[in-house]
Order: sequence, then structure tokens, then C-alpha cells
Amino acid sequence: MDNMNFNRKINFAWLFKMALRDSRRNRARLLLFISSIVFGIAALVAIYSFRYNIQNDINAQAATLIGADLSITGNKQPDKKLQTLLDSIGGDRSEERSFASMIYFPRTQGTRLVNVKALQGAFPYYGDLETTPLQAGKSFKTGKFALVDKTLMLQFNAKVGDSIKVGSTPFAIAGILNKAPGQTGIAAGIAPIVYIPFQYLEETKLIGLGSRINYAYYYKLKQGIDAEKLSKKIEPELEKADYGYDTVEGRKENTGRSFGDLSRFLSLVGFIALLLGCVGVASAINIYIREKIASIAIMRCMGVKASEAFLIYLIQITGIGLIGSVAGAVLGTSIQHLLPLVLKDFLPITISVQISWMAIWQGILLGIIISVLFALLPLINIRNISPLNTLRLSFEDAATKRDPFRWLVYLLVVGFVVGFSYLQLEDWASAATFTVGILIAFLILTAIAWLLIRFTRLLIMSSWSYIWRQGFANLYRPRNQTIILTVSIGLSTAFIATLFLIQQLLIAQVSLSSSGNQSNMILFDIQTAQEKPLAELTRKEGLPVLSQVPIITMRLEKVNGKTAADAKKDSTLRISPRAYAWEYRVTYRDSLTSSEDITSGKFIGKATPGKDIPVSAEERFAQRVNAKVGDKLVFNVQGVIMNTYISSIRKVNWNRVQTNFQVLFPTGVLEDAPQFHVLLTHVPSQKSSAAYQQAVVQQFPNVSIIDLGLVLTVLDELLDKIGYVIKFMSGFSILTGIIVLISSVRISKYQRIQESVLLRTLGASRRQIFSITALEYLFLGALSALTGIVIAIGSSWLLAKYTFKTPYHVDFAPVAYIFLAITGLTVVIGLLNSRGILNKPPLEVLRSNA
Amino acid sequence: METILNIANLYKTYKSAGRTLTVLDNINFAIGAGTANAIVGPSGSGKTTLLGLCAGLDSATSGLVELNGVDLGSLGEDKRAQVRNQYVGFIFQNFQLLPTLTALENVMVPLELRGEKNIKARALDLLDKVGLADRGHHYPAQLSGGEQQRVSLARAFSNSPRILFADEPTGNLDAETSEKVVKLIFDLNTEAGTTLVLVTHDLELAAKTQRILRIKGGKLVSDEPTGNQ
Repeated sequence: MDNMNFNRKINFAWLFKMALRDSRRNRARLLLFISSIVFGIAALVAIYSFRYNIQNDINAQAATLIGADLSITGNKQPDKKLQTLLDSIGGDRSEERSFASMIYFPRTQGTRLVNVKALQGAFPYYGDLETTPLQAGKSFKTGKFALVDKTLMLQFNAKVGDSIKVGSTPFAIAGILNKAPGQTGIAAGIAPIVYIPFQYLEETKLIGLGSRINYAYYYKLKQGIDAEKLSKKIEPELEKADYGYDTVEGRKENTGRSFGDLSRFLSLVGFIALLLGCVGVASAINIYIREKIASIAIMRCMGVKASEAFLIYLIQITGIGLIGSVAGAVLGTSIQHLLPLVLKDFLPITISVQISWMAIWQGILLGIIISVLFALLPLINIRNISPLNTLRLSFEDAATKRDPFRWLVYLLVVGFVVGFSYLQLEDWASAATFTVGILIAFLILTAIAWLLIRFTRLLIMSSWSYIWRQGFANLYRPRNQTIILTVSIGLSTAFIATLFLIQQLLIAQVSLSSSGNQSNMILFDIQTAQEKPLAELTRKEGLPVLSQVPIITMRLEKVNGKTAADAKKDSTLRISPRAYAWEYRVTYRDSLTSSEDITSGKFIGKATPGKDIPVSAEERFAQRVNAKVGDKLVFNVQGVIMNTYISSIRKVNWNRVQTNFQVLFPTGVLEDAPQFHVLLTHVPSQKSSAAYQQAVVQQFPNVSIIDLGLVLTVLDELLDKIGYVIKFMSGFSILTGIIVLISSVRISKYQRIQESVLLRTLGASRRQIFSITALEYLFLGALSALTGIVIAIGSSWLLAKYTFKTPYHVDFAPVAYIFLAITGLTVVIGLLNSRGILNKPPLEVLRSNA
Repeated sequence: METILNIANLYKTYKSAGRTLTVLDNINFAIGAGTANAIVGPSGSGKTTLLGLCAGLDSATSGLVELNGVDLGSLGEDKRAQVRNQYVGFIFQNFQLLPTLTALENVMVPLELRGEKNIKARALDLLDKVGLADRGHHYPAQLSGGEQQRVSLARAFSNSPRILFADEPTGNLDAETSEKVVKLIFDLNTEAGTTLVLVTHDLELAAKTQRILRIKGGKLVSDEPTGNQ
């Protein structure tokens, strides 16, 4: 006997060679399998590249986002102490007052609510007020000139040189405002800006009682002064005065953070596409390895170790994963050129497009990890394939053997999904919820498929025709595709339908109806003396006065005796310190409206003189200040302290178009307090709306009007843009779903070929084989799509309830289209793949598959 | 004579539908190096199972399988794989060539696994011996059944095995091709001095060996020399 050396080292060069050789006749199929991940990787690489570019752009353009080294803002006139502080900062200072107001275009007789900014000084110090003509950004301050937002100019067909009326003062339009520092396209659409010179602000007579004015001070600091250090130093003083500040660094962080939220959402949509692709990879590799048993058994006979056989296919899958990932990265890098077009309105900076190698490497690495990870489950079965298979095939034994590594792989997959979701969501609870949701969907689909296999056997009746019996029997016979196809088609359907349902829901949520007699025009900033004449004017114009509400501004001083300082010091009080900083707009009445419901306590409509005032708190406000019925709140009503207690907590339907309030006072307390009023009316047409607005602006220049028709148009545009982004991203999932479907059905072709050929050999007609195949895929497609849709309804309901907090409803017509489309697609792809068997003589098919 | 394969008290049982099925029942024999032997028996008698155990493709329920002095029962599957690579050659009824490898590459695999050098020349030489020198670049699907079996033969001898196991080597071939393949098996076997263990139910083929072991119902029922030298 020779001395047997059992320590043969693994020869990686040979393993690579064998992996390459073994892939020879399967490369097209392997590429089809791996193409499932291409779109997912492409989506992520595009988003990552975009994220890196944005980060660079934010860093490069940070100073122009704020336009100054330091900005200090508040919504009340600075007191003497604060004024001294503001004057002591030094450097160059610009001042701005901004407020909402109506403006009037005399030439076209149009009116519109805008954000008026009265500016003094050289602001912006960094970047420009981008205007047409260019010099208008600086020159408008030299006279009675205004800069008007470009959307407004278009809306009212205005030209440079036309005049506008702000309050009672006319201004000539010096230029079109294309972009102000830090402003997004979306913001300009919602609240278009009009700049006027500061020195004419008084003249407009818009600064009066009840006017809500924002005060902003922009500083270009002297060289050597650190804005961060300075702002930290003055922060306590500013806080005391309810003023805030912003620096270049702070704005950089905030912009980065808000863009982070957007990119995280988009990454998650991309990740869903990738996960869907992974299901495709896992199911395809499972079948692929099943077909490779004979080859693996032969290699094992020749002396290849289990680990070596495993490595050969691991190398193959890694290589194919690499190709798929590179393809995805290339596609993603190309697609990122489209993202700025889709997202430009959401961002306050100029977006550049550059190849991000970091994103490309991340995408490729992710693609390889994910293709290997999801292929591992079928791959580890290779270790259990016995060389005895050269004599007798017994893959079932290999696959069903209890293998502790299977659990390790399950753990790795779950760990990866949780980990990756965490990287996107940055919250363990959300990542766990996301993973559990996917696991539940997976388990439901597997259970449905399992039940289907068990019950179909019992359901088939001998009285059925052969074609029906054979078509249904294919669902449970050995080597059936039922579980794999149900899971992959079902998950694709669930992902696609969930995205669709949520999109529908979000769009429906904001499609506020302005039809019928609901109020669709809100007039505010009405002074007490103007209340009656304005109501008369409204009626004279033939419009109803649907509601007139007094509004009093106040601040919260104490909650159960605790001040803002207490809440800040002691977080166990669970009172949001910000609740003390807000200026509350409160009303008083003796009854509730139809959009209010008492959830606890008792509503008291009339105050008792000399006793604490019973107020009704809106439930979210109550949560924010951690208060319940009976708790005491102290309000400061423009210098007068009011002791109140919560007599009731209300649930308010904020979706209704009417005035809703966080705090509701009873009658008999605030009637004499300084107040302004809101009037709600319904205008039946655009024409009457324009006429009414003109009349109001002419007689009451300080009154602002929100035309809901216009708001709805703006919202529609905004939703169109958001919807486009969602559709764009979910397009990746849909494409992946279709590829997974093609790949899943295509792999089942190899399972069905032999028996179909045998049936044909035994005399089955083409039509019979066609019908058997169609029935099998029809049933599989219908059941998987239906299960996927049920899962989608469940998950979208959960998202609606807990994430979007919106009432849930399903529009069943489009859901039925999804069902029919997925079922039809499954049958069509199934039949297209069987074409080869149907159209060729059995012998030819047998030979080609020998 | 040196013993190359020693089988003692060999049992193989399977559990099926809750019942224990004895496929091999107390098999005992020894095979000398360089001899040609046939295991014959009707279908389902257990002869393929016996071949699988002798070649280290499977493990026995109990008993001894000693190949070239190595107790296969004490080895795990990976170590048995190395024993096969080192000492064993195989010929199967359905050829069992790797479909994605050319004829030449199929012959080279056992040598590559051993990390040997100049293997291409040796593989070409073996293909030449089986009359397929000009078909080395063809894939199995491009070869006839007889040609595939000849490639399989070249592969079986490529690692200079001490023992060659052949499972119904002519079962899928026509009479004329079978005759050529059988001649090649015996010629190459004699030339290389390899031990041959042939599993067949073709008694005519079995008669060409030196010894016939008959199996029936999992038991060795006879063990007779044929008189061939």
C-alpha cells in the first residue's frame, strides 16, 4: 500500500478554471438569473452617486444657502436688550422683514397671496439674488422697485417695467426673481417671493396689528470672527428673546439632513427592487444547482472534495454576481443623470452630476454580497451531493438533509436585511419592522404554496378531463415549481401593489375637494373694525359668509406650574420645550364644529367669572405638553396672564378646509383681547374669485386671501412631481419583478421539458400540451398575484395607519388590473417558454436536451 | 498475491416508509491486485450498491471495506474522495462525462485535481489509445455513445488507478460498439496492470474476467473462477 496523503491543498487556480469551464453552456441562463439584481443595483448606485454629489454640492455651496455668515430670525419686534445685542455683533448687517400679503397686478388685474420680503443692506453676501436682468438683484433697492418671482410673472403675464401694488404702494417690477439664497423650486411654487426695498415698508401700511412679521438680520462677520463660536455665545440671549439663528455650518447640516431623509426613502425603494431581485436569484440558483447534481456527482467521483465542489459554484455565482453588479453600476451611473431632473425642485442648490466611484464600488460590493448571500442556500446543498448520484439521482436527500449551515445562512440573510435597512433608515425599530414585514410576506406566500400543494391533490376529481387533471397535478408533482413561483411572483406583486396603493393613497389624501358648498377661500389678518364691512362686501359680491372666526395670539407660560426652563432641564417631564416658544393662534366659541370630537373630559362653552378658565386642548397638543384633563396651563395673552385648565381633549380632523385650533377657549374671556379675524367663503368660479379678490384688495389692502383653487393647483403640481419620483423609483421594482417572473418561469421550462416531450411522444397534441401548460401557469399566476395583492393591502393599510396616519381606502379597479396583468404575464411568459416544446418534433427536443 | 480490495461482514440497510430494507447482507470477499473480476446478478440484487461501497462512493451500515489497505469506513466523504482520486478509476453505464467540458478536459480532470504536470500530453496520449485523438476539442453532446464511453475509458485510466470499477459499461451501447469498448477495457487494463471490478448482468462479458461473484437478494451466492488467466 502507498502512503496516502490526505492533506491535499485547495488549488484555487484549478477551481477558477473549473468554474469557468462549467459555466460554458449556461452563461446566457446565468446572466438572465443575475439580471434580476441589475435594476436594484442600478437604482442604488444612482441614488448613492446622487447622494455623494449632493453632499459635495452642499459643502461647496453652503455659504450661498444662507447668503451670510450668520442669520438671526424671530417673529416679534426685538426688544431693547436684543437690539443692543444685534447692534454689538459688528461686521456688515442687512435687515429683512417678511410677511404674507396680497399683491395686485394692475395691468392684468390679478391678485395673489405672496411672501413679501422688505430688504435693506448688501444681502446676500454670498451668492446672488438671481434675477433677469442680472443687475436688478442689486438695483431694485435704489427706488420703488420690486423683484417678482418668476412663477408669478408667468402666472400674471407680467413684464419687467409693469407695476404691482403691495398694500397701498405701487412698485415697478425691476426684475424677475429666478432664485433667492436657499430657496427650492417647490417653496417658490407654494409661497412666491416678492422683494421690495426696506425703506418703503412703512409706506405700504401693511405693518399693523395682527400682522405676522418675520424679522431677519443677516451678518457678514469681520475677518477672524468664528460664526459658530459667536452664535453659541449669544444663543442664550437669543433664546430668551424667542429668536433663532443659522450659520453656514448649521445650514449645511440641516440641508444635508433633509436631503438625507429623501435619499433614505429613495434608497429603501431601491433596496426593495434589489430584494425582489434576490428572490429571483435564490430561486434560479436553486434550480440551476438541481440541474448540476449529475456534474457535481461526477466531479465527486473523480475525487473533488465537497468543499471544492461548493467553491467551484461559489466562484461561478460570485463572477456572475460581479457581472450583474457592474452592469447595474453602469446603468445606475447613467441613470443618475436623470435624478437631478426629477429632484431639482426639491433641493435648494445647483446639482452637479459626476461619476461617483464610491457609489460604484458600494453598488458592486453590495451586488456581489447579495447575489452570493441569496445563492448560499442552494449552494450549501452542494456539500451534501453524494458521488453515489452517478449511479442513482437523489437530490431530494441532499436538499432536505438537516444541515446546521442552513440556519446560519437564514441568520446571515435576515442579519443582512436588518443591517442594510438600518443603514437606510438609521433606526433599529424601523429596520426590524421592515425586515419582519418582508419575512411575514415570505412566510405567508410559502404557506399558501404549501397548502396549495397539499390541497390540490385532494381537490382533483377523477371526473375532470385529462387536461385539467394534468394541469393541476403539475402543481404538486415531484420537482414542481409551486413554492418558488408562488413566492417570487407573489412577492413581486406585493411590492408593486404596495407602492401603487400607497401612491394612490397619498394622492387621494391631498385631493381636497373644493366642490359643493365647502369653503374654498380663506381671508385672514382681518382687523376687528374690518370684520363687519368685509362680511358685507362678501355678501354684496353674492358670496356666502360660511364662517367668521376671531383669532387671538398668545404664548404658553406654564404647564402644571412648569416653565420652559424647567422642561429643558428635566426631560422626565416629557414636555417639549418648543411648545413654549410657539405663538399660539387661539379662538373662542361656545360649541364644537363638525370636525371636532371630544375624546376625554367635558367641553365647557362658557367661562365662569373669577374661576380658572376651562379650555379644550387638541390631542396632539396635549401629547406635546404631556397634559391630561384637569391639568393647568398658563397663557400669556399679549402681557395678560390667563390661568386655565384642560376641561376636555379634542380630536380634530385637520384634513377639512376650515379653521382648526390647538387650543379652544370658552366665550366670556377673550372678547376684549386684541384680535384679528378669519372669514371663510365659497367662490363658485375663477371669474368670481378674481373679482372678489380685487374688491377685497382694493378696500382692505392688509387682508390676505388664500384661494384654495390655486392652492390645489400648486398641490397638484407638487404631487405630480412627488408622484413622478415615486413612479420613477418603483419602476425599478416593476422591471425587476418582470425579470424575476421571466427568470422563474424560464427555469421551470427545464423541469417541464422532459415530461412534455414524453407526453408528445405518447401522442398528446400540441393543443393539449398548450392547455396543460396554460392551466398550470394560470392557476399559479392567479393565486400568487392574489396573495401578493392581499399582502399589499395589509402592508399599505399598516403604512397608512402608522406612517402616513391617513384614513385607508382601496380603489379596487386598478388593483384588479394589477391582478389581471400579473396573471396574464405569468401565463404568456409560461407559454412563450414552452414554445420550443410545442413547435418542434419530440425527437428534436430530446436530442437538443441530451 | 497482494489484496487490493477486502470486503468483510458487509451490510447495507435503508429505512424506507418506516421499514428497514437490507440491500446487502453479510458480504465477504477479497480481490487480488491486477485481477479482472465480475459481479453479476439480476436487477435489484444489490450489485450496484456493492460497487458503490467498494469504490467508496457510499458508506456501509456495518462491515469492512478496505481499498489498497485503506479502511474506507473510517474515512469521511472528503477523504474517500481523495482515495478515489488516488487509486480508483470509474466507467459508468451512462458515461457520466461532464457536459460542459471537452473530451480532452474530461480526461484531464483527475490529473488536474492531483496537481500533476504535463497532463495535456498524457491526456492526448490516452485519447489516442482509445482512437479519439482528433476529437479532443469536442463536447460530449457532439460525440456518439461509443465515443463518449471511450472518452470515459481514457479518463478512467488517466490517473493510473490501482483499481477500475465499471458499472454496466456496455449497457447503453450497441453490440458492435460494445465489443470494441470491451476490448479496449481489457487491453488497457492488462497494459496498465490495473485491477478490474466489473458489474454486469451480461454473463458473456462476465465470462471474460478471471472470477465471477454472484449476488442474489443482497447475498453473495457464489464466487467462482472462470479459468481465464
